[in-house]
Amino acid sequence: MIEIKDLHKSYKMGTNTLHVLKGLNFTIAEGELVAIMGSSGSGKSTLLNILGMLDELDEGSYTLDGVPIKNLNETKAANYRNKFLGFVFQSFNLINYKNAMENVALPLYYQKVPRKEREERALKYLTQVGLKEWATHLPNELSGGQKQRVAIARAMAAEPKVLLADEPTGALDSTTSYEVMDLIQKINDDGNTILIVTHEEDIAHMCKRIVQLKDGIIVEDKFVEQVRASQYV
Amino acid sequence: MFSRDNWKEIFQTIQKNKLRTFLSGFTVALGILIFVVLFGFGNGLINTFDDFFGDDATNVLFVFTGRTTMPYKGYKSNRNIEFENSDLDDIEKNFPFYLDYISPRIIRQDTVKYKNESNSYSTWAVAPSHQFAEMTIMMKGRYLNELDIENKTKNAVIGRLVEQDLFGTKNSVGKYIDVGGVAYKVIGVFQDDGGDREERNIFIPYTTKQLLDKNTDKIDAIVLGFKPELGYAGAMAFDKGVDEFLREKKYISPQDQNGIFIRNVADQLKQNQQFARVLQMIVSFVAFGTIIAGIIGISNIMVFVVKERTKELGIRKALGATPKAVIGTILLESVFITTVSGFVGMLIGIAILSSMGEKLKDFFITNPFIDTGTAVFATVLLIIFGGIAGYIPARKAARIKPIVALRDE
Repeated sequence: MIEIKDLHKSYKMGTNTLHVLKGLNFTIAEGELVAIMGSSGSGKSTLLNILGMLDELDEGSYTLDGVPIKNLNETKAANYRNKFLGFVFQSFNLINYKNAMENVALPLYYQKVPRKEREERALKYLTQVGLKEWATHLPNELSGGQKQRVAIARAMAAEPKVLLADEPTGALDSTTSYEVMDLIQKINDDGNTILIVTHEEDIAHMCKRIVQLKDGIIVEDKFVEQVRASQYV
Repeated sequence: MFSRDNWKEIFQTIQKNKLRTFLSGFTVALGILIFVVLFGFGNGLINTFDDFFGDDATNVLFVFTGRTTMPYKGYKSNRNIEFENSDLDDIEKNFPFYLDYISPRIIRQDTVKYKNESNSYSTWAVAPSHQFAEMTIMMKGRYLNELDIENKTKNAVIGRLVEQDLFGTKNSVGKYIDVGGVAYKVIGVFQDDGGDREERNIFIPYTTKQLLDKNTDKIDAIVLGFKPELGYAGAMAFDKGVDEFLREKKYISPQDQNGIFIRNVADQLKQNQQFARVLQMIVSFVAFGTIIAGIIGISNIMVFVVKERTKELGIRKALGATPKAVIGTILLESVFITTVSGFVGMLIGIAILSSMGEKLKDFFITNPFIDTGTAVFATVLLIIFGGIAGYIPARKAARIKPIVALRDE
């Protein structure tokens, strides 16, 4: 599903160049649930941004579902993001003047899905994350966990190939974190490929594979016994 | 870009961001409103000018006499110049190409009595053609005619307010009034657009006046009407010709400033029109300044709007919004708000102008108006520039990497 070869990325900081990613290689198959771990500054968020086409790579290659991702102009990148990827952010990033359903329906709007169908599909995914009753509520009327569930529903609504989550539990307390992880695991159980960036050990162990990053290189890449979040909920 | 879906999206954004919508709408509406009102006031000023100067014919020369200040051809200076009846004939003979009509004018202040009412009025001793020069409008009865001149009749044409003062609501035509001790028969009543003062005049035949003034043939002033088709250049040529002719005839030095005066209405009118045009230009300049201020205002708001929405646009881009979609969303919203509020401002402005009417006459503004073409042009101009003002920050926003936009707080 995802194939990364010799990935380099550096940032210019004034006169200095900061080499963030120093030649990463890995492959993620369909249906995997991968945690990317590392301390701050290890390059994990940069990696996720490149995978999410929010940022461009300097060197190496990136193939997503057999499509080489390179030399993208903004329009093409937008279309790929819309078709291939779903995003979940630490700070939820819901549009505050749109209610839950409208937020979930937004990627479908950019897919030019008719309004009626958009709403039906948005409701379907809200139901899946258990927030059907909250469909008409604005984000500021929801709790943190609920917001993240809306964000997950939004990411899923476009039926992406890969779900990318950047510290999805970073702004949540542990109970709520486990609820969100439970949801992510269930989505993974349905066969969706999911990538999570996290620095929390317990969250990482709820995934099936942990990729450990340190100073821009992969120091460890191992499959783990998945801890089910449902036992904590 | 113009599907119903897009509009719904835009309406929702507008509805949910009332303050922002109000601010940008208000700026635009106010800009257009002030433009329309100012421009209308400019037109009102011009209207007032036209009212002031538009009541007399413009193809007229008034020739007055004075005292010479220079000796000329053996004549001493400080000589009093007077016109006689023969001057009328001479001008008529010498300027047939230019002349439309000619009338002498002798103005005196007289006490006028009817029964117990009496008042002081200007009596103008004139020829029948004087009616054209003053654009005197007859309300009832008739004006002086050639027979009045020939027979030196004691007939008088009185102004509307003279009739009102002396006769009240009664009809004055056919009655006799006492003008400076002489009885005249009222043969007509006139009105004049020149205002109250001009409607307190009395016209009598100049020959009658001369007969009563010890049978003199002196004239105070000469009114010359020239053919309108001569235009401005012809009027100036006529002016010069008459001046030279009379100086020659009366032995006045061509350099003497005081022996003879010619008031050229066409020339004055041209100057006044130029003045009014300059006024209009100043007002238009200020008005367009307002439009430019409006454009700058809307540009500022658009920059602010885009800045405020940076994060939202980042989210939208992460969810798959193309740069075109981002620009479209912002632009359509800005153009929509500018259009609606622009036309609202324009309509309010026009409503204010039309409700004004004569209320500001004391400030020299009469019936202010703006032609629809100018108003719509200004509004469309603001919409176009509002669009451009929206486009530049929108394009910039569309180019921001989503990752940068998402980090924006």
